[in-house]
Amino acid sequence: MPMDMSSKTTLQKLAVLADAAKYDASCASSGTVKRDSVGTKGIGSTEGMGICHSYAPDGRCISLLKILLTNFCVYDCRFCINRASSNVERARFSPQEVVTLTLDFYKRNYIEGLFLSSGIIRSEDYTMEQLVEVARILREEHRFQGYIHLKTIAGADPALVALAGLYADRLSTNVELPTEAGLESFAPEKKPATIRKTMASVRVGAEDALEAAKSRLIGKAKPPRFAPAGQSTQMIVGADAARDDDILATADNLYSGYHLRRVYYSAYSPIPDASSALPPVRPPLMREHRLYQADWLLRFYGFARSEIMEGASGGMLDLAIDPKLAWALMKRDIFPVDINRAPRELLLRVPGLGTRAVDRIVAVRRTGALRLGDLAKLTASVKKILPFIVTPDWRPGKLTDSADLRARFAPPAEQLALAL
Amino acid sequence: MKEVVLERPGDFAEWRGVARALLAGGVAPEDVSWRGAEEGASLFGDEAPAASAGAVTLPRELLAMADRVICHRGAEVPARLYRLVWRAARERQLLARTTDADVDWLRKTDKMIRRDIHKMHAFVRFRRLGEGEGRERFAAWFEPDHRILRLTAPFFQRRFYGMDWAIVTPDARAIWQDEVLTLGPGGTRGEVPDSDVVEDQWRTYYGAIFNPARVKIDAMRAEMPKKYWHNLPEAQEIAPLLAGAGARVERMREAAVSAANPRTEKWRTRVADDLLLDDELTSLDAVARAVGGCTRCPLHCNATQAVAGEGPVAARIMVVGEQPGDQEDLQGRPFVGPAGQVLNEAMGEAGLDRRRMFLTNAVKHFKFEPRGKRRLHQNPTSGEIDMCRWWLDKERALVQPELIVTLGASALRGVTGKSASIKSMRGQVHELAGGTKLVATIHPSFLLRLPDRDRAAEERAAFVADLAWARSLAA
Repeated sequence: MPMDMSSKTTLQKLAVLADAAKYDASCASSGTVKRDSVGTKGIGSTEGMGICHSYAPDGRCISLLKILLTNFCVYDCRFCINRASSNVERARFSPQEVVTLTLDFYKRNYIEGLFLSSGIIRSEDYTMEQLVEVARILREEHRFQGYIHLKTIAGADPALVALAGLYADRLSTNVELPTEAGLESFAPEKKPATIRKTMASVRVGAEDALEAAKSRLIGKAKPPRFAPAGQSTQMIVGADAARDDDILATADNLYSGYHLRRVYYSAYSPIPDASSALPPVRPPLMREHRLYQADWLLRFYGFARSEIMEGASGGMLDLAIDPKLAWALMKRDIFPVDINRAPRELLLRVPGLGTRAVDRIVAVRRTGALRLGDLAKLTASVKKILPFIVTPDWRPGKLTDSADLRARFAPPAEQLALAL
Repeated sequence: MKEVVLERPGDFAEWRGVARALLAGGVAPEDVSWRGAEEGASLFGDEAPAASAGAVTLPRELLAMADRVICHRGAEVPARLYRLVWRAARERQLLARTTDADVDWLRKTDKMIRRDIHKMHAFVRFRRLGEGEGRERFAAWFEPDHRILRLTAPFFQRRFYGMDWAIVTPDARAIWQDEVLTLGPGGTRGEVPDSDVVEDQWRTYYGAIFNPARVKIDAMRAEMPKKYWHNLPEAQEIAPLLAGAGARVERMREAAVSAANPRTEKWRTRVADDLLLDDELTSLDAVARAVGGCTRCPLHCNATQAVAGEGPVAARIMVVGEQPGDQEDLQGRPFVGPAGQVLNEAMGEAGLDRRRMFLTNAVKHFKFEPRGKRRLHQNPTSGEIDMCRWWLDKERALVQPELIVTLGASALRGVTGKSASIKSMRGQVHELAGGTKLVATIHPSFLLRLPDRDRAAEERAAFVADLAWARSLAA
C-alpha cells in the first residue's frame, strides 16, 4: 500500500475514516441478545433496545462508532467516495487503534458499540480477516460485551464469514444499487451474485448455529450465538435510473431469500470529488422516506408489493402523500371501515393508524364500543383517519368518496419543496 | 381530612408504605391531603392511619408504573397515584381502560418518565478521574428532568461493571466502587472534572460523521432536546457545523470533477475476468465455474448462485431434477433440501449409491416468488428449460451416462426437448440419440405435497421401484 502508516495521528485518521463511513445509513444497535458485564472485569451490555447516544445535525442518530478500518480501496465504484480513482485523503487504522478508540468511547458512554467497515485492500479475504481481528480482540482480550456490527466483504471466504458471525451481533453486506444493470455500470468490480452468495453464507451460518443449538447434548457447553441481530443491507436511492418498484422488488427478494432484518435506503448524496457519471443534485430525502414507509407496509402491515404499487404511478411512489394513503385513495370501495368491528388486518389498512394504535384499539374495544373521543387518546391524529372510519358517533358520509380527498392531505407545492 | 407528609420525594418504598396503610384503613382519596417534607409537619400528621388490616393485592403492572411515576416532580403525583391504587382495588381491569382519564394520565406520565430514563442512559457523559488498583475511575454530572437516578443506576452497573464510576445529579448521587453500588445525596457540577482527553476525539468524530448535504435540525432536536446540550461535549460543535454546512455542499457542487487518481491503475492489479470460451469447457469443474456466470435468462437476477451438477465424471447413471430449491440455492449443491432428503432415502432403499451417480437439474438457477420471509418455488417455463439445456447438454457430453433418470416433467423436457406427461412415459425404457437409455419418474417433491398418507406411501413405493428398476437397467 502506498502510504506511510505513521504519518497521521489517531485524531487525523479518525477524521478521515469517520467521514468516509458516514454514507452508510445503518446505525442500529437493537435486536440482539441481552448481555452484560456483571461479574467480569470487562465492560459492556446490550439491552435489546439500542440507545441513540447522540444526534448529528443531519438528524441521524449516533449509536455506534461507525468507521472504516481503511478507506484505501481497490474497487472503483462510482457512487463511493472511497473508490480507487477518487482523490480523497486516505488513512488506515491498525486493528489495535480501533480497539482502543472503541473502548475509550464506550467507557465514557458515547456509544453502544462499533460498526466497522472497510475499503478492500489486497483481497476480500485479507480485508475480512482484519475486520474479524478487531472483533476478536474486543471480545476475547477485553471481554467487551457491547454491540458489534461488522461489514461482511462480498466474496470473502465463507469460513471467515462464519467466524465473524461468532463475534458480531450483526453482519451486513451492501447491495448498493438495486438493479443488476445499475451495479454493472456504477460498480464494475461488484458482482450481484457474489453479494447474494455472501448473504446466503450468513443465513446458512445462522441456520447451522441454530441446528447445533437444537441438537446439543444435555450438559454440553452452550454453543455460541451467530450474529444474533441478524443481517442487513443498504441500497442507494437516486444515483441510477432504478424505479421505486425495482428497489422494492429487490428488497422483497432479499427479505425472503436471506432473512434480512433490515434494508436501509440511503438517498444518494453528493460526495466530494464526485464521479462525473453522478447527478450533482440534492439527496432525494422525501423519496427515501417514502421507500421506508413502503418497506414497513411490506413487513408489518401485510401489504404485497403489487398493492403498494397500485398507489404509485410509473413505478414511482407518490412523493406528496404516504404510500398507504395513496393506496387507500385508489381503493375507496373498501372504506369506511367500522373501528369497532373490522378485523385487525383491515384496521392496519386505514391511513393514519399504525400497528400500535391498531393493537390498542383491538384491546380496548373488548371493554366497550370506541367513540371518536376515545380514538383521540389512542392515535396521533384523528383528523387523518376520519374519511376512512365509522364509529357510533361518526360517519364520513360523502367524504370518503369526495374528489378533493387527496388535496386534503397533500401539502401545497411550496411546502413540499421545503421538506426536501 | 387526613394529612400525609412524604419525607423522601421520589422514594417508592416510602409512598408505598403510606399508601398501603391508607388503603388498609379504608381512607378514600378525597379524604387525604399529601404534602412534601419541606412543607413541614411529621410523617402522618396528627394521627397515623390504622395499622394494615389485610394485604390489598394490586396488578403488578400498576405497581411497576407507580415505581416509576413517583419519580415525577409534580406535587400532585403521590395523590393521583393513591387515587389509582384506590380505584384499582375496587374496579377490575382498570388499567385496560386506556381511555379512562386517570389511566390515561398514568400511562402518559409513565411514558414521560421512561423517556427521561432512556435519555439519561443515552446522554450521561463520563469523564476519567484516573486509575487505582487496576480499575479505571470515571465521574459524570447529569441533570435529569425527574428524580430517576435510582432507576437508572442499575443500567450503568450492568454496563460498566469492570470500572469504578460516580454519577452526580442535583437530587442524588450513585457511586459504583469495587463492585458495590451506593446511593447518596445530591451534589454540584463542580465535583466532576470539566474535561477529558478523549473528548477531542469524540468531537472530531461527531463533526466527521455529520453529512452537510442533509441538514435536518428538527429531527435532531426532537430526539436530543436543547436542554441536554450543556452537558454534552459534542453539542458545542452543532452551531459551527450548521454554519459551515451550506458552504461545504456548495463547494462540492462547484468543484470540477478531478482527474482520476493516478495511482488507480497501480492499485487495481487484480483481474476479475474468469470467463471461459465454449471449447475450453472440457471438465465438469470448468462447466460449474462457467455456469456461475450465466446470464442467458433473467433467472440469474434473483437467485443466489447457479447450482451445477455433482458427481463423478465416470458415473453410469445421471439423475436429472427440475431446479435448485431454497436450500440448494443457498448452499450451491443439488438435492440438499427436503426433496433431496426424500431422494437420498429412496435411492438408499433402491440400492443406489448417491456418491457414484451424477445429480443435476434441468434448470440451474432457483426460480421463486418472494412471500414475506419465504421463497415460494415456481415452475420454470419451457422457454427457461430450453435455454438451460445448453448446460445440461455440456454435462451429459462430459459424463456420457448409460442411463438418465428424469424426475418430473421439467426434467423430462430438459432432457428430451419435448413436453410429455410422466404418466405416458413412465414404466418404459426410452432410447435417446447416441444410445443413452432414459427412465422417467416423478419428482420427489411430489411426495412431500401429498396430504393423504396412504396415497403418499403408495407413490413412494412406486418411486423406489422405478429407481431400483433403473439400477438394474444400468447394471
